[in-house]
Amino acid sequence: MSDKTRRVLATQVRYLPAHILLILGGLVMLFPFVWQILMSLSTNAEIQSVPPQLIPEQFMWSNYTDVFAKIPFLSQFGTSVLITVVRTVGQVVLCSLAGYAFARMRFRGRNLLFGLLLAILMIPGQAYLIPQYQIIKSLNLLETWGGVVLPGIFSAFGTFLMRQAFLSMPKELEEAARLDGCNPWQTFWRVMLPLAKPSLSAVAIVTVLWSWNDLLWPLIITSREDNMPLSVGIATLAGQYSSDWAIMMAASVMAMAPIFVLFFSMQKRVIEGLAASGVKG
Amino acid sequence: MTTTTATGRQAPPKTRTHPMSVGAWPLLFVGPLLIGVAIFYYYPIVSNLYTSFTTTNAFGGDVKFVGVDNYVDLLTRPDLPSALGNTLLYTGVVLLAVPLSVVIASMIELPGLKGRTLYRMLFFMPYLAMPVAIAQVWRIFFNGNFGLLNQMLKAIGISDPPYWLSTPGFAMLAVAFFGIWSSIGFNVIILSSGLKGIPPELYEAASLDGANAWQQFSRVTVPLLTPSIFFLTIMQVIGGFQLFDGLYAMLGPTNPAINESRSLVYLFYNEAFVQQNKGGGAAIAMFIVVLVGIVTAIQFWGQKKWVHYE
Repeated sequence: MSDKTRRVLATQVRYLPAHILLILGGLVMLFPFVWQILMSLSTNAEIQSVPPQLIPEQFMWSNYTDVFAKIPFLSQFGTSVLITVVRTVGQVVLCSLAGYAFARMRFRGRNLLFGLLLAILMIPGQAYLIPQYQIIKSLNLLETWGGVVLPGIFSAFGTFLMRQAFLSMPKELEEAARLDGCNPWQTFWRVMLPLAKPSLSAVAIVTVLWSWNDLLWPLIITSREDNMPLSVGIATLAGQYSSDWAIMMAASVMAMAPIFVLFFSMQKRVIEGLAASGVKG
Repeated sequence: MTTTTATGRQAPPKTRTHPMSVGAWPLLFVGPLLIGVAIFYYYPIVSNLYTSFTTTNAFGGDVKFVGVDNYVDLLTRPDLPSALGNTLLYTGVVLLAVPLSVVIASMIELPGLKGRTLYRMLFFMPYLAMPVAIAQVWRIFFNGNFGLLNQMLKAIGISDPPYWLSTPGFAMLAVAFFGIWSSIGFNVIILSSGLKGIPPELYEAASLDGANAWQQFSRVTVPLLTPSIFFLTIMQVIGGFQLFDGLYAMLGPTNPAINESRSLVYLFYNEAFVQQNKGGGAAIAMFIVVLVGIVTAIQFWGQKKWVHYE
């Protein structure tokens, strides 16, 4: 054994209490996911058995196909994808444009407008909900994905993050672009925006997560099963078939899977993005 | 931050290449966002305030100005004390996530620890989970008859454990447990980046002075983390006062205990969108705004006593 391995090992032994606590804590975090997958493959009797039976006798894959018979899962899945993509793209575009202007353009009232924008973040969201609902209703957008997406496209928080990103970039780049004959749009699009990619992905990550998991707003806007995103669909399923646990677990697993696949495949970026954003959903 | 003045030093050169440089460009960049924000945030906050002084019929027509009636109704509602109490109980219990996260994050960031990435991922998973989907597991865990928790409690000799989700106070504790479980991952990420900012020399100096691991944690780590801890406390309290998803997911509108277990936001949702009383709902929303404002202001005032900024 080399000296180095020995030193690493000695450190880990010294850290043994920390390792034990972290493993125990980690299991508490992990257990519900594993258990949910197991329950999604069990019968209802097995889920409710006393003493508990965590591992099913045989895997009931039919629970998954039953989900499609009980709720319009595919259409709810499609709605979730649609609102998440549109909201994320919309937010990234609008926030980077506005964030750039607030960071780098001079215009009258800039600081006042930016301050007013940040004030939105200080006020709990319930204060906007009733009028937002009335606006969506008067636009005839109730029960549509557009109604679910619309208010969320305009984000003070995303703009704040993008402004921070552009503020930290060297001014010389813009000068150079201008001397090369770029107009403000070209400077933004060709020079500055590519440099802001880490912040863009932070905004995108947070928006994807919030949009996919959001419950209250889509619950207010959609009431017909065909129009709901998955979060509302699962809540409705839980209310209607409160004893059909196995199917609920299968639907839940399928509802969460895309986020986990997405986030595990780009885990480093997610963690850096969230740390940079310092925000909570 | 630069200030904006009409006579700013070298106003951005009116570029030879493009005549629109100064005038229209900022408007084109900021305009789309500001129009949306005006429609969906500025107008609503004013409109909500106005709505809170009105009543309508069930279809939103026949608007009548009723002064502070909605507020009087709200403050005399028999279910306000329980909604307020539940919200405070939940917020108080969920705050435990902050010290827990401090301990976990400082273990994860121990220098030279192996398996850090795995630990980080494990603690982060609940933050990604759709609350209403993963809550289904916790509903079974806390189920009074066949739930894992009560089966374990019975196994260790507690013969009559509570029906967690259908007993008002206990239901709130179960929802709060779910809240803690969900929020640790995010806290750990924020605290980890705070921990990376602590210079290692401080620990070396402390250990030269004979400080043991606990003393290093309590005298070096925690004080230097206080800005992150303060931020997380603020977020956790605001999040606690906004409790809805976890409660709706764990109890659901059909649970017999829900009427006794409402949070303020649940009360708001129910009044505005189930009972269709927009004026009353708007008044509850204003109540929440003022309450969160007061609590946050108190926290900012109190931070001077315990938060260390360098």
